[in-house]
Amino acid sequence: MSVTATIRIQEADFDAAQEIAALTGGRTDIGAVVTFSGICRGSENGEPIAALTLEHYPGMAEAEIGRHADEALSRWPLQGLTIIHRFGRIAPGENIVLVVTASPHRQAAFEAAEFLMDFLKTNAPFWKREESEKGTSWIEARDHDDAAAARWTKS
Amino acid sequence: MRVKYFAWVRERVGVAEETVEPPADVRTVSDLIGWLSSRGETYAHAFEKPKVIRAAIDQAHVKPDAVISGAREIAFFPPMTGG
Repeated sequence: MSVTATIRIQEADFDAAQEIAALTGGRTDIGAVVTFSGICRGSENGEPIAALTLEHYPGMAEAEIGRHADEALSRWPLQGLTIIHRFGRIAPGENIVLVVTASPHRQAAFEAAEFLMDFLKTNAPFWKREESEKGTSWIEARDHDDAAAARWTKS
Repeated sequence: MRVKYFAWVRERVGVAEETVEPPADVRTVSDLIGWLSSRGETYAHAFEKPKVIRAAIDQAHVKPDAVISGAREIAFFPPMTGG
């Protein structure tokens, strides 16, 4: 059976437990589910922040995540895949991103989730702006995120 | 062609999107950045470090040497910080 990824770009919050249940409900063939939740921290570089605002490129965000989801489905024996990325204003403690992978055994689920997060960080068209007492500023991309994504393309 | 800007590139240019008609000798993404930069101070500021700028043609990432002919939509933005 071919697996189709569920991809949602939304302003609203999500419920990780509900998304897991949607993937696994009524099935007995799945042996492993890995979830990654990205959550808004209350500080950035040691400075407290009031909120993050995520800007995205509508259309390309779905397309780019879809391309990486297809690659994950071709590289690992996944039985289910859900990716949700929020945009808009997000307060500390709130969810930003969710990746859920399901497979018969844990290694594929772990690896695919990590692969997808590494590429979401560097290739999905989202930009974070932080609000703090000092005003607002765009968060800069980090070199170690590029390095994390690059290791999946090494031969 | 339609050009879109995101994040601080959008803020510096001052508009989120516009339609432009670059001359025929503007062949690549890199050429287009150079041509846009010549259109005024806000563009020059947005594109002052062209190596930092990322681009997409028709909603897929491209390199600076990508040819723009036939593109419907070209987007410029800083390195991404989602996830």
